[in-house]
Parts: sequence; structure tokens; C-alpha cells
Amino acid sequence: MSTTLAADPAAQDAAAGSPLARLDPEQLEQLGREFEAVHDEVFADLGERDSRYIRSTIALHRRLVLAARALLLGSRKKPLWLAGTAALSVAKILENMEIGHNVMHGQWDWMNDPDINSQTWDWDTASPADAWRHSHNYEHHTFTNIRGKDRDLGYEIMRIDPHQRWHPVYLFQPLYNLLLMGFFEWGVALHDLNSDAILSGEKSKAAVMKELKAIGVKARRQIVKDYIAFPLLSRRAFKSTLAANFTANIIRNVWAHSIIFCGHFPDQTYTFSEEEVAGETRGGWYVRQLLGAANIDGGPLFHLLSGNLGFQIEHHLYPDMPSSRYAEIAPRVRDICRRYGLPYNVGPLHKQLGAVHRTILRLAFPGGKPRPKPGAYSPPAP
Amino acid sequence: MPERGAVPQVPTVGLRALRLARSFTSPLLPDDYLELINPLWTTRELRGRVERLERETADAVTVLIKPGWQWPGHRAGQYLRLGLEVDGVHHWRAYSLTSDPGRPDGCIAITPKLVESGKVSPFLCRRLRAGTIVRLGGVEGTFVLPDPAPDRLLFISAGSGITPVMSMLRSLAANSALTDVVHVHCSRTSDAVIFGTELRALAARHRGYLLRERHTGSEGRIGPDQLELLCPDWRAREAFLCGPPGLLRAMSARWRLDGDVGRLHVEHFQPDEHVGEGERGEGGTIRFCASGVEAASDGGQPILAAGERAGAALPFGCRMGICHSCVGRLRSGRVRDLRTGRVHGQRGELLRTCINAPEGAVEIDL
Repeated sequence: MSTTLAADPAAQDAAAGSPLARLDPEQLEQLGREFEAVHDEVFADLGERDSRYIRSTIALHRRLVLAARALLLGSRKKPLWLAGTAALSVAKILENMEIGHNVMHGQWDWMNDPDINSQTWDWDTASPADAWRHSHNYEHHTFTNIRGKDRDLGYEIMRIDPHQRWHPVYLFQPLYNLLLMGFFEWGVALHDLNSDAILSGEKSKAAVMKELKAIGVKARRQIVKDYIAFPLLSRRAFKSTLAANFTANIIRNVWAHSIIFCGHFPDQTYTFSEEEVAGETRGGWYVRQLLGAANIDGGPLFHLLSGNLGFQIEHHLYPDMPSSRYAEIAPRVRDICRRYGLPYNVGPLHKQLGAVHRTILRLAFPGGKPRPKPGAYSPPAP
Repeated sequence: MPERGAVPQVPTVGLRALRLARSFTSPLLPDDYLELINPLWTTRELRGRVERLERETADAVTVLIKPGWQWPGHRAGQYLRLGLEVDGVHHWRAYSLTSDPGRPDGCIAITPKLVESGKVSPFLCRRLRAGTIVRLGGVEGTFVLPDPAPDRLLFISAGSGITPVMSMLRSLAANSALTDVVHVHCSRTSDAVIFGTELRALAARHRGYLLRERHTGSEGRIGPDQLELLCPDWRAREAFLCGPPGLLRAMSARWRLDGDVGRLHVEHFQPDEHVGEGERGEGGTIRFCASGVEAASDGGQPILAAGERAGAALPFGCRMGICHSCVGRLRSGRVRDLRTGRVHGQRGELLRTCINAPEGAVEIDL
């Protein structure tokens, strides 16, 4: 189909026919009501089962940490190093993805528990909770995939959408994407600062200093814990424990980067211009969230370790819903997609990740066209 | 932000050790790991373990709680904020402490009465089991025995209004001060009297404790006109009154008419239109900074009620100064505590909007 398209991405959009433009206001309103109904039903049903789930997940994380740190006291022995590093990596992944990200979204605030609460939680990563909550919960989840407003679209340093104007610096993006992958937590911390707002003077110097200080404090504590305190505690195993902790952080970073990039950057997802979403209704908001996200297929363990972001679509429709409920509502979301002729973008990890990296490589160079988008969701034949 | 338990009294050595261990646990606290072993060991807030449940009547149960750290103590008649999880959601409620402050086993007790339409009391009365961990908030309340205890006392209680009085009676008995006490207690039937057996045993044992039970199911309710009959020398006694709002209003009016209001102590269990008995001021204007809503109070109306009337959506809870759900930060101005009449307020102070009225113009971060 691409040969007949004009080179102008906007014209290509029109030809591809964004599903958002196809639905009339009445349909949008009806669809909005259907999505709301799913939300309300789940929230009316939240209770002890959910509370038990998050408490046991948190306890699991803490037990894993204790086991990992104990194993690493003997990290000079290879099997202990391997087991300890693996346990610590899994613990950090679990804490960042299924616990930290979701608690800080306010998914568990309904419990009214003073400890498991979006306002009091802090996570085991470099970015301070407050700054992240603003850049992620507010900016990204409100302006999802709106070009020029969603700073998570390419994280200000990458061209992942052909609508973005090419610049020679993007030639290096495959390289710095690799760096970002390994040191993702630091990338996120700096991203939260919002360099654009600083350069444009939108953000006051005092505010920047305050945030830098918060990053400094958080970074110091993280570094002291992983690279000084625990290595010292291991005494003669100082170096091997330090290496183990460093490795666990890298593994967690690569994993988080992969899962998060798969959420919006596979090329079947849509991006939107500010004109397209002007005067957006509640129904329109739901459709934009749906079109801008991509799911990853996987089993229960995969979903646990990805913080249920394999259900990125459900997460974007309902960012405040406990993540453990996404799997349950996914069939209903798919059914709505089928009935309204909307796509439901899902694929196995290797396929989604492949699409992400292909895009990053291709768009390092000038040009590029939006990839063909999937059509309306149709359930797989039984 | 959700309410937390009171700060426990922990030996400084322990606190220092925990502070050192923070380098290993950040961003979590060492307490987060201690909790895995025993949830009572956290030093972040005071928690307690339900030791035993004792059924008092068909719809009231005494819950004995052992605090995780040393109990900071309370005065007989005060109430405790108790936090617990019901169906996954954490709730806070205030209950009068029914235990004698000097209990040798270090336990404290509350005696909730079932409110069928409620969320927490049905749980406490029917589903609570020994071993449950609860959060213990602050101890509050000015409905307490003066120290030293007055020579002549009168208690008037009705229904679950017995609970703070029970703590006072137990404390008086333990200190051999049950020497000249008249106690009028109203309850639907004889069986429905919470602590009935213990009260009657006290009356049998102490000649100075005169218990007058009134069973409203057969004898009707009491009113101020029966006061002379039930306790002819009521004017000469330090009086403590606890029960439903109607009884409190009628009795308080009688004391105002020809008694000494200064010697009458009243405990409100249910929110009343007008909070407390404290002196009233002139009122003032309130600006809610977050919503931009402006409101005014005549001096008798608390900030919360005035704001709601003006259309502000404000956090609220018990509406009687207990639960702290309604707190907002004071940006400027002074307020009057309607329970005590005290004028206070400093910039940045967290105020309970349900019991404070503006004293002039105030601004609040809500």
C-alpha cells in the first residue's frame, strides 16, 4: 500500500483513516459509557482479595531481597553470586514494575492504607517519587501519544515517529538507545527534570534546583546501598558483591526499558496531532488511549514481572485500576474493540520488541513512513 | 493522605540502630523488614494485637488489645482512634476506652456496640478474631475525671454511653474511690445493659456506689423532670453525661437552667449540629485556596460546614474532631476550637475543619 501514499505523513494519516476520525460523536459517547461501566464494576468489587494480592506481592519482594542480600554475602563463590544476582534482579524488577509503578499510580489508594499509598511510596530506582509522578502520571497519561505534548514519545532524545523532523543527531540514536537501555533508571530521573521546560524558561531555576537536589539525595542513597554498604558488609567479597549489585541494576534497567518501549513504540500504535485531539470528549480520550498503546502476550509470571504492562492498553484506559485486574477485564476490552471496529494491538514480546528496534534503526535516518496499522480487532478462530 | 497510628515510645538505642540500618534498606525502612517477622515491631506507628474477645450482650463485644510497644497511657473516659482493615479497605473509628488505665497486663479494651448499617462495628462484633493486627491512633477526649476525683459524683449514661463511664468506674474502684457515686443508666432491657453483671457486682461490693438502672423498654425514657427523683442532690455533684444527643440536650438544658454548668461534663458520641460547648466568637470569612471557594461562618458554624454550604468539596470524616480526615493546612488567620472556645492557629498548622470556626478572615489549603 505504501507506494501509493504521498510522502507527507499527514496525508498518509488521512489515507490510512485513523479510527478516531471514523467514529461519530454518538458512537464515541456510547463507547465512553461502555468503558466507564467496566471501570465502575471493577471498583465496586474491589476488596479483600485485592488487598491480599498486593500485600503478598510486597512481602514476596521483601523476602526476595533478604534472600538475595544474604546469598551475596558469600558472592565470592560463583553459584552464590549467580543465585544472589538473579534473586536481586527479580526483586528489583518486581518492586519497580508490579509494586512501585502501580502503587505510585494510586492503584491501591482505595485501600486507604497509609503505607501502600501513592503519596507516601518511594521505589528502588534513581528517580525520586514526586518528580516521576508528575512527569508520568500527569504528563504522559494525560497527553498520551500526542506529538509535541507527550514527552515520553521518544523521551525527547529519539525519533520514533516519522512525524518527528529528522536531525543528524538521530544518526546516533541506535547507539544511545543501547546506553539508555543499560542505564534506564538514570535516564528516567533526568527525563523527569524536563529539559525542554528548563531551556524555554518555563521551569524556574529554583524549581530545577529543588528537583536536582532531590535526585542527588535519592541517587546518593541508592549508590550508598548498592555500591558501598552491602559490598562492605560482604567484607572480602566487596568487589564481587559490588559487581553483582551493578549487574542486577543493569538487568532491571534493560527489562524495564524493553517492557516500557513495547508499550507505545511498536509501529502499529497511532500518534496524534494536537489538532486531532482538540475538544476531545471522554469517549475520544478512551479511543486515543486504546490506539496509542500496545499489549504483549505472555503467561502469569511474565505479567507479574512486567507489572502487568503487557496489558498496556488496559493500563492506559484505567491507570488507577489495580494491575491485577487487567487480565480479567481484557476480554471485555477486546469485545468493545470488536464491536466498534477498533484495533487491539497485541503480540508476543519478540515481535513487539523487534518492531520497536526496527523503528529506532530506520528512523535514525531521514524519511520513513508510518507503518501499516492493523484493522479492527477480530477474535482468533477457536 | 491516609491516617497513620500514633508514634510509639521506642527506646532511643533501638531508634539509633534502625537509623543506621537505613543505608541498607533505602528507600524502604528497616521497619518494613521487621514487619515481616512481626507486624507489631514497626516503629513507624503504634499497632496492637487483638488478644481476646468477650461478648457483653447480644450486640456488644469487648475487644482486648495488647499494644506492640508500651501503652502511652490514657485517662479514664478518653477515647482511642482505632484503624483496621475491613474487606480490603482501611477504616478509622473512635471508641471509648473501657479499660482501667492501670491494667497490670498492659492491655487496653474497647467495647463497640453493633450498628447494623455500619461498616466497622458489624466487623468488630461478628467477624473479628483474636490475633488480628490493628492500628492504634492517638488518645483524645476531655471527658475525664478531674484529678483528684471529686468527692461526690453523678453519672448519667444511656446505651453504649456506658463505655467511657465504665473506664471511670473501674479506675475509681481500683483506687478505692467509689465512695459517693450515683449512677443512672438507661438501657432497653436488663439483658441489654453492657457490663450489666460487672455493674451490679460493683454495686453489691461498694456501698458508696448506687446504681439506678432504668429499662426504657418497660419504664420509658428518662427526662430532666425525673432528675430530682433519681438523684435529689444532683446540684451538689460533679456530673458526667454520656448518651444519645436528645438526652444530652435535654439534660444540659436543665443544668443551664438551675444547676452549675461548670460541674457538668458531656460526651458527644454522635455529631451534633453545633459542635461542643465552648465559647463562641464572631465568626469570619474562609477562603479555600485549592478550590477558590469563599465561605463565611457566624462563629458557631465550623469551617467544614460553612465550606460545604458554599459548595466546596471538602474531605470529611466524623465531624466531631476525632478522626482527622478533614484536616487542612492553615495559610493565614486564627480559628476558634468550638469544643473548648480556645482561639488558636499558626501559619502552616494542620487544622481539623470540623471543629474549628474562623475567628476573622482565614485562608486554608483545601
